[in-house]
Amino acid sequence: MPIQVKRLLVVFAVFIGVMLGLKYFLTPESWREFGPYRGKALTEIADQEAKYVQMETCAMCHDSIADLKDQGLHISIQCEICHGPGYRHVEDENIDMVIPENSDFCMTCHAINAARSTSIIKQIDAIEHSEGEDCISCHNPHEPWL
Amino acid sequence: MAIKKENFSRRDFIKNSSMFAGGVVLVSLLNPLKVVYATKKPKGKGKWYGIAIDIEKCIGCANCARSCKAENGVPNEPFFFRNWVEQYTITNDDEVKVSSPNGGIDGFTQPVSDDEIYKTFFVPKMCNHCAISPCTQVCPVGASFESPEGIALVDKSYCIGCGYCVQACPYGCRYIDPAQGVADKCTLCYHRLEKDLDPACMMACPTGARIYGDLNDKTSELYLFIKENNCAVLKPQLNTKSKLYYKDLSQEVH
Amino acid sequence: MNKYESLYEALANLDGYIYPNEIALNWDLLIVMYPYITGLVAGAFILASLNRVFAIKALRPTYEISLLTALSFMLVATMPLITHLGQPWRFYEMLVTPHLTSAMAIFGFVYLWYLMVVLLLEIWFDYRYDMVIWSKQKKGFMSFVYKVLTLWVLDTSPQSRRTDEKIGYFITVVGIPSAFLLHGYVGFIFGSIKANPWWSTVMMPVIFLFSAMVSGIALVMFIYMVVTYLRKQKIDMNTVDTISKYLFYILIIDFSLESLDQIHRIYEADESFDILKILVHGKLFFTFFIMQIGVGVIIPLLTMGTMMIKKPREKIRKILYLIISICVLVGIFYMRWNVVIGGQLFSKSFYGFTSYKVDMISGSGFWLSLLWFIIPFFILAFLLWLLPPWKKKESIH
Repeated sequence: MPIQVKRLLVVFAVFIGVMLGLKYFLTPESWREFGPYRGKALTEIADQEAKYVQMETCAMCHDSIADLKDQGLHISIQCEICHGPGYRHVEDENIDMVIPENSDFCMTCHAINAARSTSIIKQIDAIEHSEGEDCISCHNPHEPWL
Repeated sequence: MAIKKENFSRRDFIKNSSMFAGGVVLVSLLNPLKVVYATKKPKGKGKWYGIAIDIEKCIGCANCARSCKAENGVPNEPFFFRNWVEQYTITNDDEVKVSSPNGGIDGFTQPVSDDEIYKTFFVPKMCNHCAISPCTQVCPVGASFESPEGIALVDKSYCIGCGYCVQACPYGCRYIDPAQGVADKCTLCYHRLEKDLDPACMMACPTGARIYGDLNDKTSELYLFIKENNCAVLKPQLNTKSKLYYKDLSQEVH
Repeated sequence: MNKYESLYEALANLDGYIYPNEIALNWDLLIVMYPYITGLVAGAFILASLNRVFAIKALRPTYEISLLTALSFMLVATMPLITHLGQPWRFYEMLVTPHLTSAMAIFGFVYLWYLMVVLLLEIWFDYRYDMVIWSKQKKGFMSFVYKVLTLWVLDTSPQSRRTDEKIGYFITVVGIPSAFLLHGYVGFIFGSIKANPWWSTVMMPVIFLFSAMVSGIALVMFIYMVVTYLRKQKIDMNTVDTISKYLFYILIIDFSLESLDQIHRIYEADESFDILKILVHGKLFFTFFIMQIGVGVIIPLLTMGTMMIKKPREKIRKILYLIISICVLVGIFYMRWNVVIGGQLFSKSFYGFTSYKVDMISGSGFWLSLLWFIIPFFILAFLLWLLPPWKKKESIH
């Protein structure tokens, strides 16, 4: 074997050795636990904090309001849709939830739009209906009526 | 430059090049040759998540988009969405108009007057969690992967932010998180599912237009909904085996 | 807010409907530079191989220049890609834990194979004997540098030179498919994205390959003429005439392939055709028809075609060759632009377009792209100083 080839083989052996060494040391520990990815990523993603605590949690304290809401037309609506995520409030009751008072918020669902099925949701023209009066001055969102 | 035949025969050439080729194969054998697709539908009893959307029931309130942004810390700018709502309006002149102001969060305004409309409807969009997902296929480092439950996820601490997956997603469901410079997408609120909570968008939907569940469970609401209704997936020609089913999907929707 | 200024501008200027996540164009100018630079490498190398494997005597003066050009661009070829990453320091993951279904992951290995096994080895075998001579001529540090570069293989016997020659030839032969692989692969990175109808075509690797050859040959022609001029030597007109001949033929093949792709697209006219037609006639009109086809193909072809029929005087030919090479280089740049940027301008919903402007002031993309295009020329200058082809002893073959 010519000397050039011998020398180059040494260089390549060193190079490949270094690459394999790097591969060995830099590959994350849970690699290929389930597939070609970091298995630990699954638990890391799963461990993220849930910000919406859902109605059952709200009802543990606010049971009367939850009951009232569940008897009305807004039964399918989760508390946190209007009041915002409750993960901080659950830990510290002094942290206030959102109380939307503006009619624009009601209009995200109840504004007239031809794409909205009238059999699913009541729609009104806010100006025509109340001349700009806030919805909540007549309607209780926890107990809406038609 | 010519080389004498006896010095360099064709046999030598073949021998040498096959040695090279063998070397290449050997190097690639250092990793098990597991190609084609990132995941396959598990044979066992495990969960295999899917989603169904009842277009008729969607009222375009965009609470799904709003709650998703709040739950997952998606930037508020109108360029980053894990899910969003589109309004399709087909006029009497067969013109198709699509709009999604701030992903629907800013509310929808009719582009045309009511008597010009032939039909109009909302289409909520989100990750299709494809069974043969083109986005996880192209990820160069395995930071995008499909979980054993069939949810396409991003390992944000491992993602290099090349953006190849963003290009590969046919549904435009991925974006580069501007804060961390890595890819981000819908996780079907994997962290909530693991805590027995509903995904934020499912929880927030006031009309029950969105259903999710286990496709392996033949008695689940989702399975029956897909079976009993006329459901279709987006861009079926791309063979992504999307697991997001729309009931009575119009052909105008891409 | 300022960070998103360009995005808000794009949002205000949307045509039709686009998925909200598509407003931001993720692959910008840097990703245009990436196939462009890689193409220059592959093209320059293929020109060198033509010379060696097919023993084309007229190309001899450009042999080392092509190799060194290929090397200097190869060294920065991955830099546009790496600096474009959202997390540039994690690029090593692509080599450590490559995902085997990803075209981009395998590119790292194709790159290493080409750089380490083909390009460096070919240059090493070509220069080894001369480096031994130079290490004896020079004194002190430079003598040491040349010795290191020879890996202390100091044999200068005719037999060792024959070995160099033999193995070098073999590497060249292996190198041609490798160069094809390198740039075909870059084409595959785009061509394999089924979500994007502008990219997804089996022709993409082949088109990329031939446009790479075109751009590489034009670059070597340009560099050869400039370097010879700077050295105050006489340009070998037979050499540039021959290069231009090859440029002419390969440009015709390249243009035919691209036309075939477009004709096929137009004739098949699948679901994506309507939006792509608007794209090409609208947002891409200038870069596609004027720059890519007009400047990059029509002008060079007409000029070179005319010159084949009636040869003008040497002086005029020199100027024309310089202009042609620049035209071709510009044209191929816009070809990459039209592929990379064009593919992201339209929505995958087929209902509208976003817009893109190169941000020269605040954006880093423009300056980085410029940097990665200029650095290879400095590397080349250094390599020409370190390994001057004109001081080589005539090889024994």
